[in-house]
Amino acid sequence: MPYKSSVPLFWRLKKSKYNLIGTKCNTCDKVFFPKRNLCPNCRRRGNLDDFQFSGKGKIVSHTIIRVPPEGFEKYAPYAAAIIELDEGARISGQIVGDISKVETGKPVRAVFRKIYEDGSGGLIHYGMKWEMAE
Amino acid sequence: MRVAVVGAGQTKFDEHWEKSLRDLSTEAGALALKDARIDGKHIQSLYIGNMSAGRFIGQEHLAALAVDQAGLIPIPATRCEAACASSALAFREAYFSILSGQYDIVMAAGSEKMTDLKGTDAIATLMGAGDQEWESAIGLTFVSLYALMARRHMEKYGTTREQMAMVSVNNHRNGALNELAQFPKEITIEQVLKSPLISDPLRLLDCSPITDGATAVILVSERVAKRFENPIWILGSGQASDTLALHHRKSLTELLSTKVASKKAYEQAGLKPKDIDIAEVHDCFSINEIIAIEDLGFCEKGKGGKFVEDGKIARDAEKPINPTGGLKSIGHPVGATGIRQISDIVKQLRGDYGKLQVNGAKIGLALNIGGSGATGVVNIFGRDKPK
Ligand SMILES: CC(C)(COP(=O)(O)OP(=O)(O)OC[C@H]1O[C@@H](n2cnc3c(N)ncnc32)[C@H](O)[C@@H]1OP(=O)(O)O)[C@@H](O)C(=O)NCCC(=O)NCCS
Ligand SMILES: [Zn+2]
Repeated sequence: MPYKSSVPLFWRLKKSKYNLIGTKCNTCDKVFFPKRNLCPNCRRRGNLDDFQFSGKGKIVSHTIIRVPPEGFEKYAPYAAAIIELDEGARISGQIVGDISKVETGKPVRAVFRKIYEDGSGGLIHYGMKWEMAE
Repeated sequence: MRVAVVGAGQTKFDEHWEKSLRDLSTEAGALALKDARIDGKHIQSLYIGNMSAGRFIGQEHLAALAVDQAGLIPIPATRCEAACASSALAFREAYFSILSGQYDIVMAAGSEKMTDLKGTDAIATLMGAGDQEWESAIGLTFVSLYALMARRHMEKYGTTREQMAMVSVNNHRNGALNELAQFPKEITIEQVLKSPLISDPLRLLDCSPITDGATAVILVSERVAKRFENPIWILGSGQASDTLALHHRKSLTELLSTKVASKKAYEQAGLKPKDIDIAEVHDCFSINEIIAIEDLGFCEKGKGGKFVEDGKIARDAEKPINPTGGLKSIGHPVGATGIRQISDIVKQLRGDYGKLQVNGAKIGLALNIGGSGATGVVNIFGRDKPK
């Protein structure tokens, strides 16, 4: 599975995956996550800078995945959600903690966690998961 | 210039352990030729839809392989890919190749061999159609993407679990009449509600299955159409795109691609949603049929669940939807589904589709969706030749 064992891929994405750095367009003031190298609103008139998200947001919709894809077998069941970040962009993520308490509208914050391992002795992939804030 | 469909073929949709992708493609092509009563030597070009043979069976360069296996060397062969909407794209390319004046007789086909991989591998392969870096990488599946839409639709519009189950019940009732279906049997609302949860709130019987199968149709120019019995005419064709990742959409309860593609197709056809007699819509998951009914304009936004509950989609009701069984009961070999839908519309409009026939169907619509809606394709067909 190339997308999972690729070291260069993770190297490339580490800023966004580990630090929630996206982009902001200074022409239209919109923020994007993950980073884009072209503003979809302004295209060539856009003017993009790195933008640090705070890691706070709220749940827009959620589910519990009971039949997982290859590589995620040992984590199922796990909760996943679409999260709207306070600054405006949306992201998909796993919700940690008591998954029976996940609800639309609940505030969440990013936490740094292991996402999966490529078999035993393989690469361990880290990234953001989301914890329900009180 | 008008283009007509004059032949349609579909293999049985199933878990085919004894047949390879190449066997299935050749079988579907031969069935379409037989149906059109022409010899393969008349086919001038082939377009084939396939999502992921490279990952499902390790085979790329499929279009040339199909032409090779069918004994049609050296005609041009082109593969089209847009996840679950791959073969609707192949159909459009075939249509445009005739409209351009380049060809008169073209085959459009679709194929997928999904069951050579084990279940979790197949699920991960399908997620190749999602956003690999930001959806697949956190463990999302296609069922879960549609579950996220289902949850929003329930919360926002009051769509019920039962209404979603009724979609599956309707489609299985129709599919029970279809001998080419993978699961040709009736199911009850209780069975759906008791089937295992796959991704809350969606259960096993809300989901289309993992399937092997192939399909093909033959398109001809107006000039040669008179040589064929019962041509079915393309009245309108639209395609549209949306963000690849579901989370980037403003709304989780509608598919922009369906709305834009259908608007285009209705405009070309000079028709309104109320003029459509039958529709094959992309029920990869029960919720998606409800969303599609709304986005195609068959009812107001948010009222799709009620539309289903009121029995309006039954084969003898005001808007028969998926009268041959839908993806749910027929099966969903992803790259073959778009042309399966078209093949079924064509057979319905000819008026001699045996047990599956919906009486009086003159105008039919097919909606094929790729991924979580990043591609939407709508084709409208008519029994009578348009002016
Ligand atoms: C829903 C899904 C996860 C179920 O996979 P699974 O848990 O491996 O389940 P199986 O395929 O083994 O099926 C379980 C049982 O239900 C049966 N079954 C599956 N679908 C059925 C249906 N529609 N009707 C009746 N029975 C069905 C199977 O035959 C099997 O029966 P068995 O245990 O007697 O052999 C899988 O089918 C799936 O991922 N579907 C979605 C495919 C998809 O995403 N397509 C792209 C859409 S965009
Ligand atoms: Zn901009």
